[in-house]
Amino acid sequence: MTIAEERAARSAARRARPPAEPPLLRFDRVERAVHWINATLFGVLMLTGAALYAGPISALVGNRELVRALHVYSGILLPVPLLLGVIGAHGKRLRTDLGRLNRWSRDDARWFRKRQRAGVVLGKFNPGQKLNAAFIAGAGVVMLATGSIMKWFQAFPLDWRTGATFAHDWFALGIWIAVIGHILFAVRDGDALDGMLGGTVPAAWARRNAPLWYEELRP
Amino acid sequence: MADDSDPRPAAPPATGTPVGRRVFLGLLGVGAAGVLLGAHVQDWLEREVGPLISKDGTGLASLLPIGRFRIYTVTGSLPSRSRADYTLKVDGLVDQPFEVSYHELVAMEPTNLTRDFQCVTGWRVPDVEWKGVRLAALLDRAGVQDAATALKFHSFDGAYSESLTLAQARRDDVIVAYEFEGSPLSDEHGGPARLYVAPMYGYKSCKWLDRIELTKDVEEGYWEVRGYDVDGWVGRSNGRDDDAT
Repeated sequence: MTIAEERAARSAARRARPPAEPPLLRFDRVERAVHWINATLFGVLMLTGAALYAGPISALVGNRELVRALHVYSGILLPVPLLLGVIGAHGKRLRTDLGRLNRWSRDDARWFRKRQRAGVVLGKFNPGQKLNAAFIAGAGVVMLATGSIMKWFQAFPLDWRTGATFAHDWFALGIWIAVIGHILFAVRDGDALDGMLGGTVPAAWARRNAPLWYEELRP
Repeated sequence: MADDSDPRPAAPPATGTPVGRRVFLGLLGVGAAGVLLGAHVQDWLEREVGPLISKDGTGLASLLPIGRFRIYTVTGSLPSRSRADYTLKVDGLVDQPFEVSYHELVAMEPTNLTRDFQCVTGWRVPDVEWKGVRLAALLDRAGVQDAATALKFHSFDGAYSESLTLAQARRDDVIVAYEFEGSPLSDEHGGPARLYVAPMYGYKSCKWLDRIELTKDVEEGYWEVRGYDVDGWVGRSNGRDDDAT
């Protein structure tokens, strides 16, 4: 076969297959940056929190002063990336996605009951992701508020210090469960994880997992 | 790869129930209730669930925020002093003021106590093991003068102080503790040595103790100036009704 013949054969083969759909942009740079900075802060907060809370880890890590400073300052920084990401023109997609996370369709509610899941049509986010986002947002604010009461306890009634510690501890437990669950689900679906790493997901993934969003984006 | 200047407009998905917002606001409500009522719920949990947790063999339940120490300091940083540098001074209205090193302290006749630890903020840790020296032994060594009726305890954190009457200080269950749960007392728990007043709320057990001063009258301690009872008996002070420790 000459080189020219080979080329012709290859381009014929290309024509025979339908062109592959290009990948879809799921998260833009701002959303990805907010996500990963938040992830880092959460990681630091959870690990330093564990070191402050659990005796055996405290003994292992030591440096309680440094650990506490890391925990407090990471906590104070926590709202910054989201607030910076959500404002201005660059935050348009993030704002839209926050709106999507907020709104639940009838199908979303049905999705949680396994038996009713057949025939459910989802949008860009599945209800588990929506619930996770709402929980992390609410728990984040509670942690910030109760952490502040614990840090500046002199300004508050004695019972508030106990109550804030109480709420901080139990919400921390919830956050640990939610974050571990979030990571497990993410690593089980490589395409979804790629969406947060590189920004795009295969069109076929979107058609399967987020059909309404896929329809939205069809030219 | 990722084309951030995607020209397709993101469709506004403003339909559907705002469940996300409800969950978010609901959590804020739960958090606020936790701050306001948490002290009471904590009391109840320590009383009802705490004993079950201490019987759990797996140790997993010990991760729950029930029946565990909280580390409080009144200064910005965690006080720390090495055992080699540590000394405890006994002075004030005594015949022979003296100072002991950590090693001299642990060489004295030890006393072991295993008692619940109750904080005035509500948490309680069951069956804590302490080892230390009876405060009475230190007082006998210094020779308390007749004019003295009380003790003032100084912390090397530079801010905290506490008080006891002479009669309280001479009780069998009041020690200068240097071991906690079988290990040398850590910085968090007030090491190298602290006061441990078993029958009173935790604030009486001055951490990071480095000086015991015999005084003419009771001088109110750090929290007592701020409203806590001077006689901090567990269950009989500060408006609380905890079981005695």
